[in-house]
Amino acid sequence: MTDLQELYQQVILDHNKSPRNFGALENAASAEGFNPLCGDSIKLYLVVNDGMVEDLRFEGSGCAISKASASIMTTLVKGKSVSEAQKMFDVFHNLVTEGADAGNDSVELGKMAVFEGVREFPARVKCASLAWHTLHNALLGKESVASTE
Amino acid sequence: MSQIETLGAEQTHSQRESRLDVEKIRKEFPILRQRPHGKPLVYLDNAATTQKPQSVIDAVASYYSEANSNIHRGVHYLSEKATNIYESARKRAQRFVNAPDSREIIFVRGTTEAINLVCSSYGGTHIGEGDEVIISHMEHHSNIVPWQMLCQRTGAILRVIPINEEGELRMDEFAKLLGPRTKFVSVVHVSNSLGTINPVKQIVEMAHAQGVPVLVDGAQSTPHMKIDVQDLGCDFYTCSGHKVFGPTGIGFLYGKSEHLDVMPPYHGGGDMIKYVSFDKTVYNELPYKFEAGTPNISGVAGLAAAFDFIDDIGHAAIEAHELELLRYGAEKIGAIDGLRLIGTAQHKASVISFVMDDIHSHDIGTFVDHEGVAIRVGHHCTQPVMQHFGVPATSRASFAFYNTRSEIDTLINALHKVIDIFRG
Ligand SMILES: Cc1ncc(COP(=O)(O)O)c(C=O)c1O
Repeated sequence: MTDLQELYQQVILDHNKSPRNFGALENAASAEGFNPLCGDSIKLYLVVNDGMVEDLRFEGSGCAISKASASIMTTLVKGKSVSEAQKMFDVFHNLVTEGADAGNDSVELGKMAVFEGVREFPARVKCASLAWHTLHNALLGKESVASTE
Repeated sequence: MSQIETLGAEQTHSQRESRLDVEKIRKEFPILRQRPHGKPLVYLDNAATTQKPQSVIDAVASYYSEANSNIHRGVHYLSEKATNIYESARKRAQRFVNAPDSREIIFVRGTTEAINLVCSSYGGTHIGEGDEVIISHMEHHSNIVPWQMLCQRTGAILRVIPINEEGELRMDEFAKLLGPRTKFVSVVHVSNSLGTINPVKQIVEMAHAQGVPVLVDGAQSTPHMKIDVQDLGCDFYTCSGHKVFGPTGIGFLYGKSEHLDVMPPYHGGGDMIKYVSFDKTVYNELPYKFEAGTPNISGVAGLAAAFDFIDDIGHAAIEAHELELLRYGAEKIGAIDGLRLIGTAQHKASVISFVMDDIHSHDIGTFVDHEGVAIRVGHHCTQPVMQHFGVPATSRASFAFYNTRSEIDTLINALHKVIDIFRG
């Protein structure tokens, strides 16, 4: 596989075409993320109860990488506890900046593994992490808009 | 009959004159031999910055190996040599835009600094609460943010000339915005994200009829067309060296001396003074009043070489070649299924911005990069333009005189590869 095919794996193209958990959620808390470099934005809707992420949806505009990342993130995080979600954020962050071997051995990468190719494209790391940064800030209870800058 | 013949002869004559030897020109640009991802470089990001010919690279290098010294202060051999290089470059810049006097050429880092200088020095003394500054909807952030900052500081009001669906200024709306409160107009000559060439001469005439001075942002016009500031009549004009095949971090501001003479200095320091004591300082005269500190001398040397390079090719040849690239590119790129051109003004420089319904610009950028093609994707520092067209970003191919039709074909082939993968 070339770098490029590794970046744009079929799973990513699929999620880009038909993103899961896409659209607004009423009566939910929301958080926004913005990538000033390219103008991409994302809005997350979350329902957190008793330390559990009960529901999670997103909307916004972005490239295939950022859209697929948001889509896959919602499927991974929905139904997990807040602390599990934060752990996943760390794993993802490591994966796209350091690679799969770096400190992630104890964790199951699962669906996240399709983003492994991203680290070969420094200009695209921010696209892949926008949704995760937004979630991370929302779970920490930060009010401000997340930014990947 | 004879008339037709004469016409025909004239045409071939002017065609011959404007024919430019692209292959020969390309050899002057060492960077064009780069092979990104193993493919020949196709550099179509000239609106972001242009590549440098060997003569510019040599001018910078030889300044350091043969003339490096501080200017305007030494009596020694090298200092005189360096001062000479610096001051003859000022005359070179003067000729490049046909300014009446070389004292009206202020060396700055580029257009951003030029606008900030005018905004803070002229604006700070001539624009106050309730006054209005007019800019346009297609300005680069560097011609928006400084004015916003001035307005915040002074209580002045920013007015914006709207644009139409083709990406042209609404001149009727401009006429309505111009009024007794208008104290300044600052507009871009050629839009970096749309390519639109604005009718700046008309804008200047309309503003001057109300006694309002005009700054023209020339960052994108100077690489493509002959500029004559006296013909345009504008009060200020800006140029970024790196967009005209010169070094980064150097450019100039042209300003009418009637304004520059009464404007306070922008930065304080060495070189901009005549006399300093703790009681008072007497500022130097033009242009030194606005050039505090040791300037970018090597950059200025490179900039002069860049102007020589452009004028050697000739603007007629450059314009004819680029117009052909624009027509060819707009037709071929515009014909791609599901692709929309953004910016279809009647008068355009060689910039083609586009979006695809289903494929984001970032993905396009990454794919074409792997074919060796450099284009710019994003908002191009013109977020209001993106908002106007309802898109988060565009892909932009921008051509210089060293580009060719076959490079446009390479871009188009690359676009088809992206489409195959995304729509496949
Ligand atoms: C129209 C326009 N104005 C201003 C600028 C800013 O120029 P610089 O970054 O050289 O200061 C640019 C550069 O992108 C531009 O395209």
